[in-house]
Amino acid sequence: MIYFNNVSKIYKDATALDDVTFTIEGGEFVSIVGHSGAGKTTLTRMILAEEPPTEGSVFFESINVHELKSHDLTKLRRRIGVVFQDYKLLPNKTAYENIAFAMEAVGKTDEEIKSDVPHVLELVDLTHRYNHFPHQLSGGEQQRLAIARAIINQPELILADEPTGNLDPVNTHEIVEIFKKINDLGTTVILTTHNRGVIESVNKRVITMENGKIIKDTKHHK
Amino acid sequence: MAPTVVKRIVKAGILNFRRSGLVSWAAVLVVTITLSVITAIILLQAVLYFSLAQIKDKVDVTIYFTVGAPESKIMTLKSSLEKLPEVREVTYVSAEEALAIFKERHASDYPTIQALDEIGDNPLGGYLNVQAKEISQYENIANFLQSDNSLVLGASSIVDKVNYHQNKLVIDRLNNIIGGAQKLGFLITLILVIITIIITFNTIRLTIFIAKEEIGVMRLVGASKMQVRGPFMMEAVIYGLLATFLTLLIFLPVTAWLGHNMTNFLGINMYDYYLSNFLQILVILLLSGIILGIISSYLAVRKYLDK
Repeated sequence: MIYFNNVSKIYKDATALDDVTFTIEGGEFVSIVGHSGAGKTTLTRMILAEEPPTEGSVFFESINVHELKSHDLTKLRRRIGVVFQDYKLLPNKTAYENIAFAMEAVGKTDEEIKSDVPHVLELVDLTHRYNHFPHQLSGGEQQRLAIARAIINQPELILADEPTGNLDPVNTHEIVEIFKKINDLGTTVILTTHNRGVIESVNKRVITMENGKIIKDTKHHK
Repeated sequence: MAPTVVKRIVKAGILNFRRSGLVSWAAVLVVTITLSVITAIILLQAVLYFSLAQIKDKVDVTIYFTVGAPESKIMTLKSSLEKLPEVREVTYVSAEEALAIFKERHASDYPTIQALDEIGDNPLGGYLNVQAKEISQYENIANFLQSDNSLVLGASSIVDKVNYHQNKLVIDRLNNIIGGAQKLGFLITLILVIITIIITFNTIRLTIFIAKEEIGVMRLVGASKMQVRGPFMMEAVIYGLLATFLTLLIFLPVTAWLGHNMTNFLGINMYDYYLSNFLQILVILLLSGIILGIISSYLAVRKYLDK
């Protein structure tokens, strides 16, 4: 599903990714682990075509994501649900509207929005908070809302960049459980983290990065 | 664009406006200032043009005829002058009327009236008063009178004098002043409009700068450019609508005061002018406010959309 082919990203004075090659199959749950600055975030930004590689190419199925026109890129992003460490919710919209906006973006009707949003809010246990703005929610609630927004359009891939980075252990556990549930339903999940506990509780394939290079991939050790 | 998309954009724009609170009202205030400057310029131009028109009206050229010049010849000259495209109006004052006007003007000047009575005959000739459409055209009219044109042939024998040449200096100077005043008025208008446009543009850019992150997130969840841009443009339309309403409201008491207290000084009743041109001013303000807002927000959002 995702294929990195000899990808390097070099900023002015630093190498963020150094000749990275790997493949992720549909339905996998892959944790990408490494210290800060190891290149995890750069890697996720490449999948979303937020940054072009200096060398190499990134494929989503058979599409080279960096060769897409703006309009097609929008279409591709609709197939990916994204979760960030800092949640990136729309501050001027309520919990309900944040999710509804993602549905509007893909052109869902008002009826579909009205029927689907309450379901997903229930799934992440935020039904009672539907009318609250992000700043009125706790960190864990904000992240659950971000996940709800990411999964509402039934994406083929969930991309979670340090989703538990700002959360306490209890909330971290809840979030990981949600991701496992999503993966069980068939969605591919890519999760970056520097938290060993998260990797252990997921207990799936782990790609370890250091200084922009893949130094270990458990797929090849199984 | 599908009606649902438009409906969602309008709804989101109104919601954003309400939720942005002070930021929205600050933007409305700045657009109101811009529109107030535009309204003030419209009113100032009215005063300027009204004053200039009044001054222009006071300028004319008089053709004095010799005593006893036959009226038929004068009338021929009058109708030839009226045919000139530069001429707006020609009025004939006969010798008798000229005497009556003279006597009336000098009614209290006893020695002059007595002198006139002693002469017995009317010492004054008739005259034609010529008003041109533009001040700059008096020279052409004066030249026409001196030319060999068949229309005025023979007129020289009855024309005593044309006062254009005595007035030439004053007319030329007035013409320069009017031209200068119009150019200066235009220049000041242009500078003020440019300054206010820049200020408005920057204010709207600032309100969108606050939402910079939001724009990025919207794009990441798959929103199209129009879905991101639309609500911001809608917000700008609301700024324009509210600012137009506020500006029109502010100028009601302002022009009423001007009309009540300054009509003599300005030469024009501002309140009457404002009310009789209300619809035109409303349309100008509405279009300026909305177009300025839409263009500003379009450009400001584009900066973050392309990232």
